[in-house]
Amino acid sequence: MMKVTVKLFATLRHNRFKVAEHEYSAAPTILAVAEELAIPREELALTMVNGILVSVEHVLQDGDTLSIFPPVGGG
Amino acid sequence: MASLSEFLLSRLEDEMISWQVQQEAANRFKLTTSQIEEEILNAGFLPARYQRNCKTISVAEQQLLFRSRVTVIGCGGLGGYVLEELARLGVGQLVAVDHDVFEEHNLNRQLLATISTLGRFKADVAAERIASINPAVEFVPIKEAFARENSERLLAGSQVVVDGLDTIGTRLLLSSVCRELAIPLVHGAICGWFGQVATQFPGEDTLEKLYLRCTEDRGMEKIYGNPSFTPATVASLQAAEVCKILLGRGSLLRKRVLCLNLLAMELDELQL
Repeated sequence: MMKVTVKLFATLRHNRFKVAEHEYSAAPTILAVAEELAIPREELALTMVNGILVSVEHVLQDGDTLSIFPPVGGG
Repeated sequence: MASLSEFLLSRLEDEMISWQVQQEAANRFKLTTSQIEEEILNAGFLPARYQRNCKTISVAEQQLLFRSRVTVIGCGGLGGYVLEELARLGVGQLVAVDHDVFEEHNLNRQLLATISTLGRFKADVAAERIASINPAVEFVPIKEAFARENSERLLAGSQVVVDGLDTIGTRLLLSSVCRELAIPLVHGAICGWFGQVATQFPGEDTLEKLYLRCTEDRGMEKIYGNPSFTPATVASLQAAEVCKILLGRGSLLRKRVLCLNLLAMELDELQL
C-alpha cells in the first residue's frame, strides 16, 4: 500500500475536505485521484506534487503531497 | 509678481504645501494643479495630502510615483479599488480601460457602482471619482474593450499594467501583450471567498502557468460569484505590488502566486 496526502484549496473543499491521507494499492495518476473525489477535470487548474507544478497525468509516489487548486478568474 | 517658486516657498508649512495653496498657485500662474504638484515635488516639498505617506514613502519616492503611468484594465471589482488606491498613493498618470456600464449586480462589490452611476460607463465614473480625490492626477478614461488591435495604444508609456479583467482568455492576451511590450503585469483574480495575486515581469509566463488548463473563459466564480471583501482585499495587494514595482522596493510576487482563502483565513504561496 502507498500513502498520498491530498490537499484541496478554495472551492474544492466544499463538501469535501481540507487535507486527507489516501491509500492506494497501485500508484495512481492525479486524474484518478480527482475522479475518486468527483472533481471535474475543468476544476483542476493547478496540480502540484510536493510543491512542484505537474500535469494531471503525473503518477503519484508513496509519501507524495498532492495539492489541487481550482480556476479563479473573476475581477 | 513673485515667481511660482517664491509663491510656494512663502506659503510652505512644515515643508508642505496645502491643497488650497496648490489651487491658488494654479489659478495665479495659469497652470494646472498637476503642473503645480510637479513643481512642489521638484523643489523637494510635499503636497500636504501626502503627509501620512511619510516616512513610508519619501519625498523623492513621491516624486517618482507622480511621474509614473499605470494602466488598469477593467474598472469593476478589482479595478475600481486599484484606481482609488493608486490615486490616493500619488501615482501621477492613470489610464482606465473598460467598455462596460454599471449594472445593479455590481452594487454588492464594486466601489464605483452606486445607484446614481447605474447605466453609466465605468471609465467615466472612475474619472469623476479620481478627479474628486485629486485633480492633479492625469486620468485617461478609455471606453473600449481591451483587444489585440488596441492593446499597444492602450498600454504605451505605462510602467505597470494592472489586471482587473474577469475573463481568462483576455487575461492571457494581456499577459502576452505585456510580455511583447516589456511591461510588468500585476495579476489579480477572485472567486467567492478566494482570490489570487501574482506579478509577471517581461520574460516570465506566470499567467500561462496559472491558466494553462483552462478551456473555459470563467473560473469557479461563475458558480460562486464574488462578495464585497474579496475584490477589496485582492485589489489592495495588487496596489501594493504596483507601488513596489514603481519604487523598486521590497519583494514582489514574481514566479509565485499568493492564494487567499478568506473563509479559512489562510494564505498559501505557490512557486511557479
